[in-house]
Amino acid sequence: MSAMIQTHDGPSGAHVPLLSAKNLSVRFGGVLAVNNVSFDVERGEVFTLIGPNGAGKTTVFNLISRIYTPTSGSIEFEGQVLTEQPPHKIASLGIARTFQNIELFEYATVLQNLLIGRHTHRSTGLWSDLFFTPKARRGEIAAREKAEEIIDFLDLQHHRDSMVAGLPYGVRKVVELARALCTEPKLLLLDEPSSGLNVEETEDMAFWIQDIKHELGVTVLMVEHDMTLVSRVSDRVLAMNMGEVLAMGTPREVQTHSGVIEAYLGTVDDLSSLRRSSPQAEGTRP
Amino acid sequence: MRFIFKTDYGQDVNLAKHGGHLFWYGLLMVLLIAAPWLFAEYWLAQLTFVLIYSIVGLGLMLLAGFTGLFSIGHAAFLGVGAYTQAVFVNMGAPFPVALLLAGTLSAAVGVIVGLPALRVKGIYLGIATLSFGFIVVEVLARWESVTGGNSGIHVKKPDLFGWKVDSAEGFYFLCLVIAVLATLGILNLLRSPTGRAFVAIRDSEISAQSMGIHLARYKTLSFSISAALAGIGGALYAHKLTFISPDQFDILQSIDLLLMVVIGGLGSVHGAFLGAIFLISMPQLISLTKDYLPTAVGQAPGLQGLVYGAVLIAFVLFEPLGLYGRWLKVRTYLQLFPFYRQGLFKRQKSFTKSDRLK
Repeated sequence: MSAMIQTHDGPSGAHVPLLSAKNLSVRFGGVLAVNNVSFDVERGEVFTLIGPNGAGKTTVFNLISRIYTPTSGSIEFEGQVLTEQPPHKIASLGIARTFQNIELFEYATVLQNLLIGRHTHRSTGLWSDLFFTPKARRGEIAAREKAEEIIDFLDLQHHRDSMVAGLPYGVRKVVELARALCTEPKLLLLDEPSSGLNVEETEDMAFWIQDIKHELGVTVLMVEHDMTLVSRVSDRVLAMNMGEVLAMGTPREVQTHSGVIEAYLGTVDDLSSLRRSSPQAEGTRP
Repeated sequence: MRFIFKTDYGQDVNLAKHGGHLFWYGLLMVLLIAAPWLFAEYWLAQLTFVLIYSIVGLGLMLLAGFTGLFSIGHAAFLGVGAYTQAVFVNMGAPFPVALLLAGTLSAAVGVIVGLPALRVKGIYLGIATLSFGFIVVEVLARWESVTGGNSGIHVKKPDLFGWKVDSAEGFYFLCLVIAVLATLGILNLLRSPTGRAFVAIRDSEISAQSMGIHLARYKTLSFSISAALAGIGGALYAHKLTFISPDQFDILQSIDLLLMVVIGGLGSVHGAFLGAIFLISMPQLISLTKDYLPTAVGQAPGLQGLVYGAVLIAFVLFEPLGLYGRWLKVRTYLQLFPFYRQGLFKRQKSFTKSDRLK
């Protein structure tokens, strides 16, 4: 798998990862949500964050998309320091995201949602929009063509003109993915892409994530709980717990890491404390 | 039922989606142009008021219906526009110049009022705009050297570079042209990236931001366009009334404006016009029925306020989409007859929201 990861060398010949987080920490009041987390995401890979609830995975996402500012540490994207950019600039740098609980534009059609995804590529200003100049018309048609490409890619033809408010959950999830792809990102952040999906829809999601990586060449950074999906699509996995990095490596390595198993299932000591402690049972045990 | 065969993306971009649109809106235009010869002077004046309120309504619709920012002080922009127009026209400025100034000044004030919108939302923004409304009325009343204070100010007839518009018909056409241009402008905005950015901010700020929309810029932009239209409406209002005083732009006027867009149907351009028709025709209807009511009810003060309040409550409860929503349902019923089913327009339960911007 790792052979497929394209490496990119910087001007000085030094290796530059697509996204590089160094010693990230965030403190909300007395809670240290993320503690000294460092990782690199290489071009063309699917990088997954896993961990129990409250491990700080979504917080890391929100740091990258600049909803939060780290208390200390830095994030670099293609050599640019993300923490110096305002939140609305993130999309034009080439980072798109989806949300855990779906944040679509409810009272707009699927097509309009996708067209909003083209916002960073707009070629017109207020006045050409107001008078709808030929340039604005060309821009609209160009945006539509790109949106249609994504609609074809994700098989959304059926829902093109439906209002999002009336769509089932599974379809909304795909629409949100489509909207993120419409921005033509270099890095796609997926926050729990399979949550709330049934088995079949999760299968589709796995295929799409692989297609996004292979056909569109987009790097994917995702948070995911479904370990089947994680091991199917991920190149590398980072396990977190209590805001700290537990383990990093291939899905198999991480799944067999003792610290990860401990974080999910508890230690042997924890287990023994759960056992029924009837004197009779203790007497019969060898 | 009409099925449109689409062969070109341009068809979705066009304002008129099919021949039916062209026919009906064309017919409406012909009717509006013929209105001075069809209606008596009194009804033509009412139609002029409908057009003026529609222009203001379009602005408020853009702000409240499409950007999701509620302004409970919109009459203040109306006042700024009206007084700017009055002062400059009385100084001898031609009508178009004064109108441009009225729109620009209102837009500038709109930007200033829009600044709190970047920090507060919902009811708190309502309170901020409400207090702004009071400030403007107070300024209009106290700045006597310019505004004439509480005794008000007379407005000269509009003068289009030598052509004096002194007939009711002439002024009606002036309002018609401006209303049509404003409508086309709003429709153009809504079918282009700027309008979509407004809608995105209304539905989810956090994902609008992650799509690269500069929230602060677009919110202020929405406020300024909305205020500019209110200012232009105010300028026409001043000419129509020929006499303005600060109490015409108080909280009651603001509430009337908000009532207009809510009853018309938030989030639809048609709603602005339907709301304006409602707002202008309601007092007429009330005075028509007054005579048939018992004296204790018919002559009671505040009857109009009571009726407005009841109608607003009824709309919020039974038809949140307003008059336009009701029209959509009737139209769908006729199109699908006999297959219309109840609940066709029911919204699906929305899912839990998280990650909201604070």
